[in-house]
Amino acid sequence: MSDKVVAELHQPTPEVGDGGPDMIQLLTPEGQRVSHPDYDQYVADLTAEDLRSFYRDLVLIRRLDAEGYALQRQGELGLWPSLLGQEAAQVGSGRALKPHDFVFPTYREHGVGFVRGMDPQSSLQLFRGVSQGGWDPTEHNFHLYTIVIGAQTLHATGYAMGVKMDGNVGTGDPDRDTAVICYFGDGASSQGDVNEAFVYAASFDAPVVFFCQNNQWAISEPVTKQTRIPLFQRARGFGFPGVRVDGNDVLATYAVTKHCLDEARNGNGPLLIEAYTYRMGAHTTADDPTKYRVSAEVEQWKFRDPILRLKTYLAHEGMADDAFFTQVDEEADGFAAELREGCITMETMAGETMWDHVYAEDHPVMEAERAAFLAYKASFEEAN
Amino acid sequence: MALEKVTLGKSLTNGMRKAMDRDPKVVLIGEDIGKLGGVFRITEGLQKDFGEERVIDSPLAESGIVGTAVGMALRGYRPVCEIQFDGFVYPAFDQIVCQVAKLHARALGAVKIPMVIRIPFGGGIGSPEHHSESPEAYFAHTAGLRVVACSNPEDAHWMIQQAIECDDPVIFFEPKRRYHDRAEYDTDATSAPRGLFEANIVRPGTDVTLLGYGPVVKTMVEAAAAAEAEGTSIEVIDLRSLSPLPIDTIVESVRRTGRLVVVHEASSFLGMASEISAQVTERCFYELEAPVIRVAGANIPYPPSRMEEDFLPDLDRILDGVDRALAY
Repeated sequence: MSDKVVAELHQPTPEVGDGGPDMIQLLTPEGQRVSHPDYDQYVADLTAEDLRSFYRDLVLIRRLDAEGYALQRQGELGLWPSLLGQEAAQVGSGRALKPHDFVFPTYREHGVGFVRGMDPQSSLQLFRGVSQGGWDPTEHNFHLYTIVIGAQTLHATGYAMGVKMDGNVGTGDPDRDTAVICYFGDGASSQGDVNEAFVYAASFDAPVVFFCQNNQWAISEPVTKQTRIPLFQRARGFGFPGVRVDGNDVLATYAVTKHCLDEARNGNGPLLIEAYTYRMGAHTTADDPTKYRVSAEVEQWKFRDPILRLKTYLAHEGMADDAFFTQVDEEADGFAAELREGCITMETMAGETMWDHVYAEDHPVMEAERAAFLAYKASFEEAN
Repeated sequence: MALEKVTLGKSLTNGMRKAMDRDPKVVLIGEDIGKLGGVFRITEGLQKDFGEERVIDSPLAESGIVGTAVGMALRGYRPVCEIQFDGFVYPAFDQIVCQVAKLHARALGAVKIPMVIRIPFGGGIGSPEHHSESPEAYFAHTAGLRVVACSNPEDAHWMIQQAIECDDPVIFFEPKRRYHDRAEYDTDATSAPRGLFEANIVRPGTDVTLLGYGPVVKTMVEAAAAAEAEGTSIEVIDLRSLSPLPIDTIVESVRRTGRLVVVHEASSFLGMASEISAQVTERCFYELEAPVIRVAGANIPYPPSRMEEDFLPDLDRILDGVDRALAY
């Protein structure tokens, strides 16, 4: 190996903290629309009404997150993983999906679930401890939350392999061709499962889009602990395209995701999207980020807020007025009240249901243990 | 009726072929299972007949085999994973115990994970480390999984088909040193001799119950024959299902004989025999004439193959266990 090559290998692309020149952006942090030769086409059809509905989604899921946080602090939830700061990454990518596409989330994609039409209570039940998920993934083509970091990337890949085996890739029929999107984070990029998923997806040309929300922090570990190079560049080593998008820019995220999903549906998968964003809050309510990161960094990212830039753009372009913004805020208040009410009135299932769904087929141990549990409970009633 | 003498390995192949013929959603995935037919040739010829999409040569990554199979199951397929050797299942352990075992429960029954994970297990083939292990207790310990082990060709033929038809995930242990054992049975029969989760009394007896599964069943039968010559009547039970445990069959037998010897290659500490011993003691306390005796692997890492004869329960160690049970 020449000295030059060795020197290059030891000088990976430096991260400058703003995403760098490779990052796709259509809306600047100041709310100015910038043109992009490849991606403008994917937002060309968006009407003012579409953009207002993007704004509404962003506001509502930020409110969902605020309520989740508050409910945890009030003892109504055991834990809450915040999506604060990642609203555009979730709404932009979620809105780019077709209903028949399939989503594999982490445990932080409350916003993606929301735009898929999931009942917002769904994401609360896991953290309230009334179920370990509890929804039917086929109802909104939105899989259960996966808490083991990165494990879902393999599920998404296998699901996409199944889509291909079904012949639902590259037929040209928009109602048939199907893509799978898989969410994960910068921390997960170090997991074996994620790297195995990249290998499998590439080897089998699986119609899957890997969507990495690089929020810069894996609990207390900065992304520099996970990678020497920008994460989107990892894809190249696995033999498929990777692209970095401004994850705080809902338009760019929408455009890039739409493009990648199209590619996957057409048989050009897999693809990797790195949505460059920032975890404004703690990892979860059990975390204390003041122990490991400086507030100046957080302050800097406040200027890149995903909601503010869309609001500025809408207002400046005359696509929305104060009455609209007030109406969305009022809707968010009502939405929050419903969420709280729904959460605190969520019913806990009876203890004997714990044995109900461990197995799909009859199982003697389940039946025996359930019967013993019921008899034990009944013995107290008899004693009274 | 087609009585044929078939090896255990070929019985598995034939069983999978029947399952694949019946249900187009059955797919196989594993390392080297396509053109090569697997390192033990258990999938030989299947890729040629069913194509590369149904007999999938996987990249060399076990978590990937199981994890992608989960995704296929979610898409409506019935994947059958091959793990090349027992000691190579651990990279997939997280996927098996955290995902495969729990998804049905997490979805409150809304999704099923009807997959089979085939694992050749046990020693006695003179291999280097990681090729001779018996990891069954890890999986039997995990709720949400079903765990079975076949011991003979006819069972192999039927059990693999029943496992594939099961709507729950099944960990399917194959006794690798018995792959070449042959037995005659009706390969055209249309129904299985017994359910997948039932034990089989392979040799009735009256003095001691001898219980085991997988590769040791043949040794137990040989031990029973040897003991008969000395006037001891041993009842041999092939456990077949490790989870759920067919405990009623064991209890019924122990109530008759009053003595139980449990045999496995896995280390004794917290092995299958430990749980069986506890349950039998709970249910047969007054019928037991002796404590439950365990004849198992030593509590050490699997030894180098030149020493494995001293590790594995052989005929003499089994008879020694029987003698110890009879000594009370």
